[in-house]
Amino acid sequence: MSGRVLVGVKRVIDYAVKIRVKPDNSCVVTDGVKHSMNPFCEIAVEEAVKMKEKKLIKEVVVVSCGPQQAMETIRTALAMGADRGIHVEVTGKDYENLGPLQVSKIMAALAKKEDALLVILGKQAIDDDCNQTGQMTAALLDWPQGTFASELSMEGDKIKVVREIDGGLETVKINTPAVITADLRLNTPRYATLPNIMKAKKKKIANVKPADLGVDITSRLEVLRVDEPPQREAGVKVETVDDLLARLKEAGRI
Amino acid sequence: MAVPLVRIFSKSCRQICRPWGACQAGWRSRSTHPATETSTDQGVVSFPPLQTFSEEESMMREAVKKYAQERIAPFVSKMDENSAMDQEVLTSLFEQGLMGIEIDPEYNGTGSTFFSSILVIEELAKVDPSVAVLCDIQNTLINTLFSNLGTAAQKEHYLSRLSTDMIGSFCLSEAESGSDAFSLKTRAEKHKDYYIINGSKMWISNAEHAGVFLVMANVDPYAGYKGITCFIVDRDTEGLEIGKKENKLGLRSSSTCPLNFDNVKVPEKNILGQIGHGYKYAIGMLNEGRIGIAAQMLGLAQGCFDNTIPYTRQRKQFGQRIFDFQGMQHQIAHVATQIEAGRLLTYNAARLKEAGRPFIKEACMAKYFTAEVASLTTSKCIEWMGGVGFTKDYPIEKYYRDCKIGTIYEGTTNIQLSTMAKFIDKEYDH
Repeated sequence: MSGRVLVGVKRVIDYAVKIRVKPDNSCVVTDGVKHSMNPFCEIAVEEAVKMKEKKLIKEVVVVSCGPQQAMETIRTALAMGADRGIHVEVTGKDYENLGPLQVSKIMAALAKKEDALLVILGKQAIDDDCNQTGQMTAALLDWPQGTFASELSMEGDKIKVVREIDGGLETVKINTPAVITADLRLNTPRYATLPNIMKAKKKKIANVKPADLGVDITSRLEVLRVDEPPQREAGVKVETVDDLLARLKEAGRI
Repeated sequence: MAVPLVRIFSKSCRQICRPWGACQAGWRSRSTHPATETSTDQGVVSFPPLQTFSEEESMMREAVKKYAQERIAPFVSKMDENSAMDQEVLTSLFEQGLMGIEIDPEYNGTGSTFFSSILVIEELAKVDPSVAVLCDIQNTLINTLFSNLGTAAQKEHYLSRLSTDMIGSFCLSEAESGSDAFSLKTRAEKHKDYYIINGSKMWISNAEHAGVFLVMANVDPYAGYKGITCFIVDRDTEGLEIGKKENKLGLRSSSTCPLNFDNVKVPEKNILGQIGHGYKYAIGMLNEGRIGIAAQMLGLAQGCFDNTIPYTRQRKQFGQRIFDFQGMQHQIAHVATQIEAGRLLTYNAARLKEAGRPFIKEACMAKYFTAEVASLTTSKCIEWMGGVGFTKDYPIEKYYRDCKIGTIYEGTTNIQLSTMAKFIDKEYDH
């Protein structure tokens, strides 16, 4: 095994930004808006770098799909300790329609090409909240998956994954190669220190196109309309329980 | 500053003496250091705006912004209250590589540029101006002095410590010599291969935690300022006494202490640079340090402003946001313009310095202006916040207290103005 870990990172609108929908309801406003690395992707990168520091794996390769700006996200990951980057160039309309299915095809192709031991992704992106890419990638590769990971440990050629599930925690042991998706409590991502930012400048970022990997990125989905959530309305006070029931019936809730 | 200093810079000043029209065309050809122009592939020359940063500079700024918000902000109020810098903050500053920004990686430094330091200081000041000044003194004064003047042995010994765990202090001022720096009385007497230093220093920043002190002492009082020499004094040297820190109005978590030198023995090899050249080094470094302080004041003003505007957008009186009253809008826009002007002065002075072009007048302008802007901004911000601005529950009053020192230290406003005037005078010599 190569001891190589592939980590996918996505450039998303920063979590602190107030999202606005375009007047034509086609999509959200992204021009001039602050973007950063998806928080769950940061956790994924951190886990991979930690594994390398513990000498459990040899190399961390970070991948991002998107236009030129995706390079910034890759650089941030390099500054956190990844060894090299791969920028899969997707621009314009293709980028707008890029979804989990397309990205998982790309990740699967790269995982085979790079002879990866593990693919670590964030559990979901904070812009679309799909929570699908990891699972689809595992299916395409026919690899085991450990999703919603809050704890990882290598045990020989298997991985023990503690997963956060609705009822609590579930522990599974899966064979490698495998796909892992990182959940919030897996670790606390480090800051890129200034010396590491300088070192990251020298690390290589390869440029590929989806076609080079033999991946068709046509989307099967079409976004018809994007709307803001309804404005929060004032609440209503009621005097008795009967009143409450009457109101709820009126509003068609029961 | 003393008159002789201008003579050092008159050579560089002679370049800046053309009427405006000729200046535009002639500037590039007259300057010994031509302006770098960025050109596109088509050979078209472009002049990017001052707020254009390299990728490295942008990444540094983002990293420090995040770090300051998450790892310094929680401590700020407590540090101000107790007038003490938290050890956790000091440790993390070193860990992040913020104390050795321009130091070569060979000595465990970050190996970045002067402009990066300026951006770092600005970002830190938005959260805590005291932390920013600690970082500023280390980077623009101490590290630069060692890097530029140190012998191989001195660099070897000190630079790697300065970038990893040791703080430095710059000791020039005394009780009787502030603006009149060169009338300093601390004396260094030569004996064989060592010197004995006697005297005292005042207003020394970082002294509480510093591991090394760069002390300006006079080896030959009869030679006047030409006897001033820079000595490297380690903290644990016998006879060096660090006095109790001042109880200050602002910048409280930055330690400011008097120092006493009682027959402090310093070996000859601890002289930094040449004997009698200390005055030159002090001026030179303070010119750069000036831009650092401008960055600090800039960050302070911006940080204060950023904490105030959201409140004005939220607070409603007479049925509308207080931000929407024309009187408020005009004041806010005016302050924002001043901050922007201060920013451009600071960034331009930093870029000039990096380009190796004359920058002293511009540096003085940046420091003087941003200190004034910080005063105006903080004062206005308290007013805009109303009653809450006056309480310690909100960070605004701290910015108000912190900004005052800006017009005083590293060259008072009056000194800056006089220095600028001397340059302006020279510009009209033909």
